[in-house]
Amino acid sequence: MTNLLLFPILIPILTASVLLFFPKRVAAQRAVTVVGLVASIIAALFLLRTVMTDGVQAVTLGSWPAPFGISMVSDPLSVSLVLTSLLITLGVVVYSFRSIGEGREKYFYYPAILFMLTGINGSFTTGDIFNLFVFFEVLLLASYLLIVLGGEKRQLRESIKYILVNVVSSAFFVTTVAMLYSVVGSLNMADIAEKVTEIGQSGILTVIAVMLILVFGLKGAIFPLYFWLPGSYAAPPVPVLALFGALLTKVGVYAIIRTVTLLFPHDPGFTHELLMILAILTVIAGCIGALAYYDLKQIVIYNIIIAVGVILFGVAQMNMAGLEGAVFYLIHDMLIKAGLFMLIGVIIAITGTSNLREMGGLMKTYPGLAWTWLVAAFGLAGIPPLSGFFGKLLIVQGAFEADNLWGGIIILASSLIVLLSVIRIFIHAFWGEPMPVKGTSAGIYRGLLIPAVLVTALTVFYGVGTEWLRPLMWDAAEILHQPSIYIDAVLKE
Amino acid sequence: MSVIIGFLFMAAVYLILSRSLLRVIIGTGLLSHGAHLLILTMGGFAGPAPPVVADGVTDYVDPLPQALILTAIVISFGVTAFFLVMAYRAYQELETDNMTLLKGNDEHD
Repeated sequence: MTNLLLFPILIPILTASVLLFFPKRVAAQRAVTVVGLVASIIAALFLLRTVMTDGVQAVTLGSWPAPFGISMVSDPLSVSLVLTSLLITLGVVVYSFRSIGEGREKYFYYPAILFMLTGINGSFTTGDIFNLFVFFEVLLLASYLLIVLGGEKRQLRESIKYILVNVVSSAFFVTTVAMLYSVVGSLNMADIAEKVTEIGQSGILTVIAVMLILVFGLKGAIFPLYFWLPGSYAAPPVPVLALFGALLTKVGVYAIIRTVTLLFPHDPGFTHELLMILAILTVIAGCIGALAYYDLKQIVIYNIIIAVGVILFGVAQMNMAGLEGAVFYLIHDMLIKAGLFMLIGVIIAITGTSNLREMGGLMKTYPGLAWTWLVAAFGLAGIPPLSGFFGKLLIVQGAFEADNLWGGIIILASSLIVLLSVIRIFIHAFWGEPMPVKGTSAGIYRGLLIPAVLVTALTVFYGVGTEWLRPLMWDAAEILHQPSIYIDAVLKE
Repeated sequence: MSVIIGFLFMAAVYLILSRSLLRVIIGTGLLSHGAHLLILTMGGFAGPAPPVVADGVTDYVDPLPQALILTAIVISFGVTAFFLVMAYRAYQELETDNMTLLKGNDEHD
């Protein structure tokens, strides 16, 4: 089955196309979406096994030889990202049953999620830079629909800004691809990487590398380019926010990782130094935001920005420890952000507000929610048995090996602030005097809490099963560290 | 050609930074024109014949940038259509097209 690596892209797009035919039949929409997602997860698991046993999978569409057709490449990093996004989407879809409301479900909510998933999985799997642009547009267009669906005033206001920022960054992406094409004359990433090695990374290629960091940094919210994110992400309803927070910025992060490790690893003195400085500034900016707000959504949104900085800091070290830590942390962060957003959705459903000052004492009435939140908060901060620990340990180790002492210390200090920001939610919302709450029916509470608990449980397994996942992450980091493995797998003839 | 593209980018940036939403959308239109022309320019203008297989013609213009532009054009067309409808809806709901009035926070955050 050479086409196995296309199944996680094809199954969602086919399911979404089928869903377009009966938008008003909500029960059927839900059932078909879940079936499609489960089928994609099974395909992704098979793909994971194949990649682990047989190495990097590459297929060039239409059986053209490698640099001429569009290559799709599945290496351990991309397949684990694909599997993670599928699992998160399944969790969020089940969560949506109880929270999104029929009005939205009847207007193409599930097809939009599946089209966005197609774009995300495609971006993770593609081996062609212009194809990456197209998949970016697929996921962005679906995300424009998801962010504005419902048409509340706040959504309209914020989605205009979101669309504008993304239109500009897409135009920038096209410009960058044009310049890259004029220098190397190829669009296949492996082929570009080989040609860049041959001609040496001249000044113009470094400029292009910085432009790509700029483009993907706008998608992935790094330091001077994150300004659009807090406002835009606070606008849509919670399940959409969970999907965006867990998946969208991580696509930009993945694209940066791919670019700086595969295409432009030859001038680390400039590009990686720049990336490292930006990453540290991103962490600091995120920390300031996470402490500044008394709003549940904003606190977790600024935690996304911190995590993006931490991951890119790990990548900028360019040694095995840093890269492996970045991969570990990337997947941990996708899972834990989905879990956190789903949990704050439960809190908002109970209290009817996202303002921390207007809630308190939920521990007595909702103990399950409280303990789950505590586990997720400790996982986010990286308390040892939980999922955030090992990635950050490796990133800090990588920083010390690369003699970036202060960078490592800032990353460690940021963990404390992350912990403080989420524990503040715990103290304000769950401890103290019980405040009058809006309340919610037991059915809705269970329907929201169960998927949130399952996603949180997944992060706990991820943390406890580190030893078991290590070979996968090691392989992923090795390919990032030695791009020749990737290039040989694609240009095998 | 690059001077023209530079001018388009300049005009686009100026319009995107203006207050009226429609001027912003016109700016994004100019920006995508600039980007598409840039792909064409960066592909080079060598080769006089159009990229169609015909007898006796050996010197074609590079067909790849044209395919890229075609893709980029339909994508930006779709996004622009969506953006225009969004602007229309926003005008109906919020009753303004002034970007500086769109920043309010009606909630506590």
